[in-house]
Amino acid sequence: MDWTWFHKWGSPKWFYELSGKWLPWLVGAMVLCLTVGIVWALLFVPQDYQQGLTNRIFYVHVPVASISLAFFPLMAIAGTVFLVWRMKLADVVVKVAAPLGAWFTALALASGSIWGVDTWGTWWIWDGRLTSLLLQFFLLLGVVSLRTALEDSEGAARACALLSIVGCINVVVIKYSVDWWNTLHQPSTDFSIAADQANGPEIWVPLVFMILAVYLFFAISLILSTRNEILQREKRSQWVMELVKRS
Amino acid sequence: MQFSSFQEFIQMGGYAFNVWSVYGMFAVFLAVNLLGPLRRNKQIIRELKRRYELNAPAQSGASSANSSAESVGDSQ
Repeated sequence: MDWTWFHKWGSPKWFYELSGKWLPWLVGAMVLCLTVGIVWALLFVPQDYQQGLTNRIFYVHVPVASISLAFFPLMAIAGTVFLVWRMKLADVVVKVAAPLGAWFTALALASGSIWGVDTWGTWWIWDGRLTSLLLQFFLLLGVVSLRTALEDSEGAARACALLSIVGCINVVVIKYSVDWWNTLHQPSTDFSIAADQANGPEIWVPLVFMILAVYLFFAISLILSTRNEILQREKRSQWVMELVKRS
Repeated sequence: MQFSSFQEFIQMGGYAFNVWSVYGMFAVFLAVNLLGPLRRNKQIIRELKRRYELNAPAQSGASSANSSAESVGDSQ
């Protein structure tokens, strides 16, 4: 099997140049999906018979919260690639993903809370999902602090990779908490049944657009931060010097 | 369209605070995490340019032993 593609990913220069070409397309796609999703969600989705018009929050909370669960797995995979293959770019991903993950998690918590205050009658409850998601927020801040405390060294890279792997256990809890414990946060939606019943396409199609939009945003933001970190780490290399000279 | 006037749209059936604070936070979240790194990119390139020009007279071509080890600003 030809593993050249894998080792190409190890080249920061290759990543920087390729991502530069992809970015405009990713941004265009994101803007399109966001526009369709938001306009549809705010203006056209019929109101919920119980929740009224707060159901608009669903279209921000669900994409952000579900994608917030992708951070630890991403960091764990990147961390493992770094530990096993010593690929520097993998460590860059671990480094830049952590603060972005904290933002996602915070927004998931805040949007859920503001939604819950009127629909559940409370800002907060220590149920399985909310508690484990709050824990994820602290763990992500922990990864960021660990990096700073160890002064972004080789040791910091190893420690953050390990903490990222450990943090995945919590993601399993977040995801299955609503099935294991019957507390406040509602169980996961069965989309196959939903397609037949009251939740017609005018309800779930905007959700698809919003999920796509937020995934694209996640990729774009991650790529932008990775590029910045690459420039700083590779500042002594020829290609960076030439790039800076050209700009 | 679920609303017959702009007023109704803003009011969101009494849930104006809930809906608009969430969408507002979402907008801030997107802006900070897109515009932030974009601005930072320009800043890094600017600082590197200055740094290379400062070091250029002393360099003999190969990666310089004089160039200081300090990093270019804070990384995020």
